[in-house]
Amino acid sequence: MVARTIVITSGKGGVGKTTTTANLAVELAKIGKKVVAIDGDIGLRNLDVVMGLENRIVYTLVDVVEGACRLNQALVRDKRIENLYMLPAAQTRTKDAVTSEQMCEICSMLSDEFDFILIDSPAGIESGFRNAAAPAQEALVVTTPEVSAVRDADRIIGLLESMEKRGISLVINRLSPKMVKRGDMLDISDVVEILSINLIGIVPEDEAVITSTNRGEPLTFQAVGPAARAFSNLAKRILGEKVPFDELEHMNNKGILGHIKKLFGV
Amino acid sequence: MAFLDRWFGRNKTKDEAKERLQLVLIHDRTDLAPELLEQLRAELIKVICNYLEVDDKKIELGLEREDRTVALVANIPVKNIKRYIPNAKNK
Repeated sequence: MVARTIVITSGKGGVGKTTTTANLAVELAKIGKKVVAIDGDIGLRNLDVVMGLENRIVYTLVDVVEGACRLNQALVRDKRIENLYMLPAAQTRTKDAVTSEQMCEICSMLSDEFDFILIDSPAGIESGFRNAAAPAQEALVVTTPEVSAVRDADRIIGLLESMEKRGISLVINRLSPKMVKRGDMLDISDVVEILSINLIGIVPEDEAVITSTNRGEPLTFQAVGPAARAFSNLAKRILGEKVPFDELEHMNNKGILGHIKKLFGV
Repeated sequence: MAFLDRWFGRNKTKDEAKERLQLVLIHDRTDLAPELLEQLRAELIKVICNYLEVDDKKIELGLEREDRTVALVANIPVKNIKRYIPNAKNK
């Protein structure tokens, strides 16, 4: 097995890198792929809480690099689903605790054992981002349809291109179908036109993202809402399946059926 | 009167967002690092000096943007024009 190594990045913070990493990892594992999600945000780790694995961390990425433990000891296995692992970042260290070479080395050790290595990049364009991106052949650039996020995404795309990453794809997160219809939010075609890279995922704004993070259960474990469906489709497209994008109308839970479902908490 | 604007089909905020983004990205994408501009300037002068005598203290060089286009604009005062073809030795 040689893993596909994908960095999930954005430039701007708070646009949904970690949520995307966690949910994509779960979706790929559900399809039967062996997946490890690496938290590349040393000093500000969050992938552990979003995945709900924070209580199971013993060793971290930095311990592996420093030789304090073996790589297998630092991997946290998700007991809820087969084939899903997480490699946590250290919380009490800084970005300089790991170098690009060390990240590459760790990924090459994991590469034989996994189908997918997903690396959750920190925000910014400095060393943390560069270290997270170094081992990846492919990149998912996450943005929201906002001026600041798209601008930063453009910058990151430029940097990824200069690092000669070959597969750079775009995920547009937190799209509000209502606002798009009203003409008060950049729509998909605007963002794609501006950034001109391959679009691979559209994730609508969905409260379930927050409630699932509250519980520490990635959305895709059980939810059936629009965001969960979007992540599921994203995973399929990454595997090469041709899945059409949902129409705006189908991206919210509204409609009589949606309200009834909500009443019963489905 | 945002709602009136909307009735008449004007001023969708997304159009404003798109326009502003496109403009700011033209800047972002073409911003030359100062060291690069300095290096470009030095090399340009070197080449031009093979053909013209110029006042290198008064050279203005920079990127100028207009709407969607970017141009490298240089203002190079010429002192004298050389009348011979430069050969390899002069380079």
